[in-house]
Formats: sequence, C-alpha cells, structure tokens
Amino acid sequence: MIRFSSVNKWYGRDHHVLKNINLEVKQGEVVVVCGPSGSGKSTLIRTINQLEPINDGEINVGGVIVNNPKTDINKLRADVGFVFQHFNLYPHLSVLDNITLAPMQVKKMSREAAEQLAMELLERVGLANKKHAYPANLSGGQQQRVAIARGLAMQPKVMLFDEPTSALDPEMIGEVLAVMQQLAESGMTMMVVTHEMGFAREVADRVLFLAEGEILEDTTPEAFFTAPQTDRARQFLRQILSPMHG
Amino acid sequence: MDFSSLVTAMPGLVSGMMLTLKLLVLAIVGGVALGTLLALARLSHNKLLSNLAGFYVNYFRSIPLLLVITWFYFVVPFIIGWLTGTNEPIGAFYSCLVAFMMFEAAYYCEIVRAGIQSISRGQVNAAYALGMTYSQTMRLVILPQAFRKMTPLLLQQSIILFQDTSLVYAVGLMDFLNSARSAGDIVGELHQFLLFAGLVYFIISFGASTLVKRLQKRLTV
Ligand SMILES: Nc1ncnc2c1ncn2[C@@H]1O[C@H](COP(=O)(O)OP(=O)(O)OP(=O)(O)O)[C@@H](O)[C@H]1O
Ligand SMILES: [Mg+2]
Repeated sequence: MIRFSSVNKWYGRDHHVLKNINLEVKQGEVVVVCGPSGSGKSTLIRTINQLEPINDGEINVGGVIVNNPKTDINKLRADVGFVFQHFNLYPHLSVLDNITLAPMQVKKMSREAAEQLAMELLERVGLANKKHAYPANLSGGQQQRVAIARGLAMQPKVMLFDEPTSALDPEMIGEVLAVMQQLAESGMTMMVVTHEMGFAREVADRVLFLAEGEILEDTTPEAFFTAPQTDRARQFLRQILSPMHG
Repeated sequence: MDFSSLVTAMPGLVSGMMLTLKLLVLAIVGGVALGTLLALARLSHNKLLSNLAGFYVNYFRSIPLLLVITWFYFVVPFIIGWLTGTNEPIGAFYSCLVAFMMFEAAYYCEIVRAGIQSISRGQVNAAYALGMTYSQTMRLVILPQAFRKMTPLLLQQSIILFQDTSLVYAVGLMDFLNSARSAGDIVGELHQFLLFAGLVYFIISFGASTLVKRLQKRLTV
C-alpha cells in the first residue's frame, strides 16, 4: 500500500533528515513509528502525502508514485487521510461543515450525501450530538475525534497520524486511542507516529524505530519491546517507559 | 449659524453626500478585492509575481493620493477610450473611483497580507491534506478566517478613505465637501457651511471608529 524505495530528504544543503528509507506497509497493516524528538518522524509521514517533498528515491502509495511531477497530488491526498497533533480543525466552521467541506469541494459530493456520511462518522466517533458545535467549544479529545472523522469522510485508503494524542490532557488520550483502535480493527491501513506504547503493543502489527533520520528497527511490537536490537532503541525505551517520562 | 440657508442648500448637500458614499463603497469593494489579489501575489512563491506586487504596493504608498487622483483624471479616460475604441467621456467619477481603488489597494494589501500570515500554517496543511487546491484552501479556509481577524483594521482604513474622498475637489467632482463649499460660496456663508461639513465628517468618522473599537473588543475576547 505504501512503499518507500531509497528515499532521502534534506532540509537546506546539509541537514539530512531522511536517510535512505526503505519501507513497505501492506494493506490493512497498522505501523507505529517512534523515536526521539527531531529524528524525522513527522517528516517521514508528511512525505507520504507530499506535505513535504523528497529529494531522492521513490514513494509509492496504492500504485501511485507520489513524487512523480505528473501525479495529480490533490487526487492522491484525497485518498490519504492525515490527522495532526494540533487537530487543525477549521475554527470558523461547525463540526458538520468541517467534515463535509472537502467531500463537497474535492469529491463534488452533494450536500445531502456529504452530511449523511458525516453523521455516520460522527456516530462512529461518538460525537453525533456535537454536529452544530464549533471547534472552540469542544475539548481537545473531541476535536481530535472530529479531525479523525474529517479525514475518514474522504474515504481514504490510508490514514496517517502524527502524534494524535500528544497535545491532549491525559484523561482524553483514551477516547482518541479507542477510536483509532476501532479504525484499525475495521481493516484501515494506518501509520501512526506516537509514543503511546500501550497502543503500539495492542494495536500495531509493526513498530518502526527512527533515529537521526534512519530506520534502526522495523519489527513486531513484541520483539521491539522485549528484544530491541540497537542501543539507541534500548535507551529510547528506557526513557519512554520510565515513570519520570513526561 | 443661519439654518435657513442650510435648509435651502440641503438637497445639494444630500446629493453630494450620496456621491461621497457611492465613491466610498465602490472604492472599498474594489480596493479590498484588488488588495486581496495583491496580498496573494506578494505571498506567492513565484518571485516575479511577489516582486511585482511588492513594487506596486511600495510605489502607491510612496506617492501622494492627490497626485494619483489628478493623474488618473487625465490618463484613465484615455486608457479606457483606447481599450474600448470609443471616445465617450467617462468623467471624473470613474477616474476618481479607479484612482481610489488602486491607491487604497496598496494599503488593504498590507492588511490582508498580515491577516493571512496570522492564520497558522496548520490550517493550510489540513486543507491540502484533504486534497483541496490552493484556491479552494484560500477561498474557503484561510481568507474567511483572515477577514474575520482583519475586519477592524479594514474598517479603520476605510474611515481614512472616507475622509480622503474629499480630495476629489481637485478634479471638480461634487462630493459632500465640494457641495458644501460651493453652496456656501453662493449664499456668501462659506464659514458656516464649512463648519457644518466639518461637523458631519467628524460625527460620521468618530461614530464609525467608536463602533470599530467596540467590534475590536468583541473580536478579541
Ligand atoms: N521545515 C523545516 N525546515 C528545516 N528543518 C526542519 C523543518 N522541519 C523539521 N526540520 C528539522 O528536521 C528534523 C526532523 O524533524 P521532524 O519534525 O520530522 O522530527 P520529529 O521526529 O517529528 O520530532 P518531534 O518528536 O519533535 O515531533 C528536526 O531536526 C527539525 O528541526
Ligand atoms: Mg513530529
């Protein structure tokens, strides 16, 4: 579904953020990406829908080569949902309009069809009663669930998440992870940057560990948590699992 | 103050005020539209486009409005005649309207540009990530938010424009101030008429800017 072949990216001349990335995510797979701050996790998943262009190599999403200049990038993005750390809901639109905007504009869906779809998705994330609310009047957890519904409204083939719970108060993390878990169980192909190791253990099929722009580990959650291969990963796990963390 | 001559002159003053307001409203609409396009050009990644827009803004901000008005009075009819191939006189009103639109656009541009820049990059990314085009993103996501934030500044600039419309006396257009002046001249009560005009300008401008301040407070809480 997603394939990186020898992908390299630089910021400026000498900041090599992604180093020779090779990676394949199969249909229906859930892959968690973790690693220290600044290791390039956000950059990695943002290259998948060309929010960040790459300099070298090839990224293939569902048979479409993302970094080919001939690719209709808007069409590709419509098939790839993206959930941001800071939700990025449109503050001037109601919850319902946040969700229906892109289906109506990009997919030319009728308002009725888009609203019906939006209501089904709001039902699914448990926020049907908030359809007329504005983002400012929702809690962080509710905003993120709306953002997930907004991404799903494009009926994407893949969903990408960039630290979806790290801007949330602790008591709201669970509700968002529950929605993501349910999505994973429905068979969605997902790539999730997160430090929620419980989620990685229970939901992920694979864990990628990134450090300084390189994939140092690409393995099952079981193997990653019990027998990490690299010192960097062992050190990272010690930090993240210690009670001092956060 | 002798009110009887004011009352007699009232129809002329009212039609002068109508002209002032018509000029104002059209110049605001055209100026904001052109200013928005300029702002988008200035923020464009296309160097040529952004430099051209930058030059436009700096140019119009560096010359006196009065010069623009008189200059357009002679040039605009010529250009329009050339474009349409007719020799119809287009008159002072339209040349002034074009002058105000183009001059004010330079100021509106800077306000709109700051407004767009105040919207977080995440909003653009969220729209792009859903497959929206640049123009859909601007039109439906960024500009509506930016305009909401900018409204007080745009209104303040428009109050300045309201006062500046009086410069049209230079090309003989009968706006409110010019009507008051000429009516006062005719009855030999120039001082009273100018005082009256000043009072009207003050009430409108001060009233409007008080409303703007109140609006600003409501928008920031
Ligand atoms: N637009 C940019 N221009 C220049 N450098 C950037 C840019 N975006 C990110 N970087 C740098 O690239 C590196 C990787 O950034 P990235 O955001 O991908 O890391 P991350 O793993 O997501 O970190 P975090 O856990 O803090 O989110 C960092 O050193 C960052 O400072
Ligand atoms: Mg990041």
